[in-house]
Amino acid sequence: MSQRFKDIDYIGVFLWVFRAIIIVLVIYGTVSKLFLGVGNEYTIETWIDFFVSGLSQGSLYALIALGYTMVYGILFMINFAHGEFFMSGAMTSTVLVATFLSASGFLDAQPLVSMLLITAVSIITSISVALLTERIAYRPLRRAPRLVPLITAIGASFFWQYFFRGLFGSALIPFPVPESLQGRWTIFGLEFLRTRVVVMGTTVIALVFLYLFIQRTKTGKAIRAVAEDKDVAALMGINVDRTISITFAIGAAMAGIAGVLWGLVFRQVHFYMGFVPGIKAFTAAVFGGIGSIPGAALGGLLLGVIEAVGPPLFLEGLGIVGAHQLKDVIAFTMLVLVLIFRPQGLIGEKLAEKKA
Amino acid sequence: MKRATLLLVLSLLLALFLVACGGGEASEPAASEANEASETSETAVEAPSTDSNTSDAVSCDDPIGCVEVAPGDPIMLASALVISGPNTELGLDSQYGVEIAIDLHGDIMGHPVELQPEDDGCSAEGGQTSAQKIVSNPQIVAMIGTSCSGAGVPAAKIISDAGYVMVSPSNTSPALTDPELHEPGYLRTAHNDKIQGAAMADFAYNELGIRKAAAIHDGDPYTEGLATVFSDSFKELGGEIVAFEAEAADATNVEPLLTSVAAAGPEFLYFPVFIPLGSLITNTAADIDGLDGVILAGADGIQSPSFLENTVGTSEGMYASGPDLSFSNAFYTDTFLPAYMEKAGTEPTAPFHAHAFDATNMVLMAIEQVAKEGSDGTLLIGRQALRDALYATSGMEGITGTITCDENGDCADPKISVSQVQDGEFVRIWP
Repeated sequence: MSQRFKDIDYIGVFLWVFRAIIIVLVIYGTVSKLFLGVGNEYTIETWIDFFVSGLSQGSLYALIALGYTMVYGILFMINFAHGEFFMSGAMTSTVLVATFLSASGFLDAQPLVSMLLITAVSIITSISVALLTERIAYRPLRRAPRLVPLITAIGASFFWQYFFRGLFGSALIPFPVPESLQGRWTIFGLEFLRTRVVVMGTTVIALVFLYLFIQRTKTGKAIRAVAEDKDVAALMGINVDRTISITFAIGAAMAGIAGVLWGLVFRQVHFYMGFVPGIKAFTAAVFGGIGSIPGAALGGLLLGVIEAVGPPLFLEGLGIVGAHQLKDVIAFTMLVLVLIFRPQGLIGEKLAEKKA
Repeated sequence: MKRATLLLVLSLLLALFLVACGGGEASEPAASEANEASETSETAVEAPSTDSNTSDAVSCDDPIGCVEVAPGDPIMLASALVISGPNTELGLDSQYGVEIAIDLHGDIMGHPVELQPEDDGCSAEGGQTSAQKIVSNPQIVAMIGTSCSGAGVPAAKIISDAGYVMVSPSNTSPALTDPELHEPGYLRTAHNDKIQGAAMADFAYNELGIRKAAAIHDGDPYTEGLATVFSDSFKELGGEIVAFEAEAADATNVEPLLTSVAAAGPEFLYFPVFIPLGSLITNTAADIDGLDGVILAGADGIQSPSFLENTVGTSEGMYASGPDLSFSNAFYTDTFLPAYMEKAGTEPTAPFHAHAFDATNMVLMAIEQVAKEGSDGTLLIGRQALRDALYATSGMEGITGTITCDENGDCADPKISVSQVQDGEFVRIWP
């Protein structure tokens, strides 16, 4: 008996209590919201609106999170400048292409061609910025201690923010949405905003392509090999530097796509727009299991949905005023919980000793 | 190892995030640091002034010290406005106003006036850092700023404790000049939002006949204060506030928020926030089913061309309260605007350049009143005397109207008007 008490680990007890408190709060809030009618009353349609809105925001997080997770998978560094890759694509394509196409009327006349053109410019810009950053800021530091590239990444992030501020100014820039994408489509008897459908569809397509690329092509195989063990991969004749550059480029391409979709949904771009989505996407990547591609996608979607549904569901149920302001609290509490109870993330693998 | 690094990264990340989001919790350390700063600055100021006694110059008899400007040296002013980040347009606009005032005023008793621009970051941390930097320089006479009320709260404390004085062109939060909370070194030429919020409630209730309204703020003292005053005044008039919500200023997805608000069934939605969130709300509201026909209204934070460009179509017909900018004086159109266009290369981007111009002139005129010149050309500016002169400002004709300061630091001639977006432009419609 006394032996059993000795084995009690106080931190373990604390964590159990912590977990129990969170679960009780969530259940209490949800029950009082749904069955006791605390706060505003929502119809089923309203709940679906919350959910769909969360899914489309989550798709964007997922696309950006891919860049974090791929770079982490191969270099074990957190590329904080990734949010700026996203911003650079969105801003450049908006200022140089979208505004011009909109003014000339081509955007409304040929929405598909225009959107593809805008996306292409966005992807090219993001990739250029990413490759430049990788070559100048990260590659020389590849053998340095791990914190060094991390701090460099933060520096690079500031550099790109103010570089694009200098280039395009500090004002918010409107992103023109083609007429044919405004309004709603009816799918399965439910009305969805067209832009949201486009965002989710594009994200699914991009994810499938990425998955096939990583799993089925020779370059994908090389990326996986380098992620497994750089030195052995080099011995097998894989050009490690080139493979790392390709990884950056793919992550940046996803960020470039996300940049255009972001413009479609939120209709404005800004030199500062990469910061918050970057941090949220990083959270999503850790949430799903950093280093894992399906993990980043799942983490992004979940984060988006929790941010949208969480505040009206259990925060309002707890009687909190101005609940939507606290969605970041929910997001980061989820992150802390995942890190405590499942540090490898929701579907992340346990890493080999050498990587850790 | 991996876990340790990840935790480190996370704490760093959280720190970054907190810095970016800002918050009002930074006042405690500010106070103690400010005391230190005030000690150092006072000794730095007083040491040279005893020297100057020997060279039969005027001596400093000011209770909180003097600034001594040697012959030929410039008189230093500082500004702390938001000149980086998403609200840059607001701060740069004011800074042009300050610079134009200094240029037009010219030398004071043979000394040029020089400006040290700082950045308030539109956050509590930014306000604290910039104020700390300003009080560490004993040559700085006064500060113009801050842009944002959130930055103004810690800055007012630091500046006042150090014996300096500040005049803000665009802080409008009622808290800053509340008799209980007011700091002795704090004045402003911007209106108090007690007046703006009440004016909007009056307009909505009596002019538009609204009975059910909702308000959204972003937690910043400016937006929260304004939304609160609006709600209180609206309820006093007999209306009902069906939703009082808050959203983070850097939020990206406001659809859930607006869906919640729509479920409460308001007729009128007031969101006195800054441009990024304001245009996001305006654009998203057009997509929300339940907000069809709900009247939208913002405040002076969104009265800028940039807001209109970002909300083409969606902002049509919405209202915005703000300082009355129909400045009728010829000076504004003939002298100020051309100077502004030359400096900035654009039309004014925010409403507060005029307030910044008036604030700077107020300070420059007060310096002229209190500065004493020694026989060797050294200028002594008493800090308490400067404060007294500023508070005594009365009947000064500025661009924004007749400026008269009360004992709580409110100097504005508060004229609030309501504008409506018509054909993509703000058109003044009330009163």
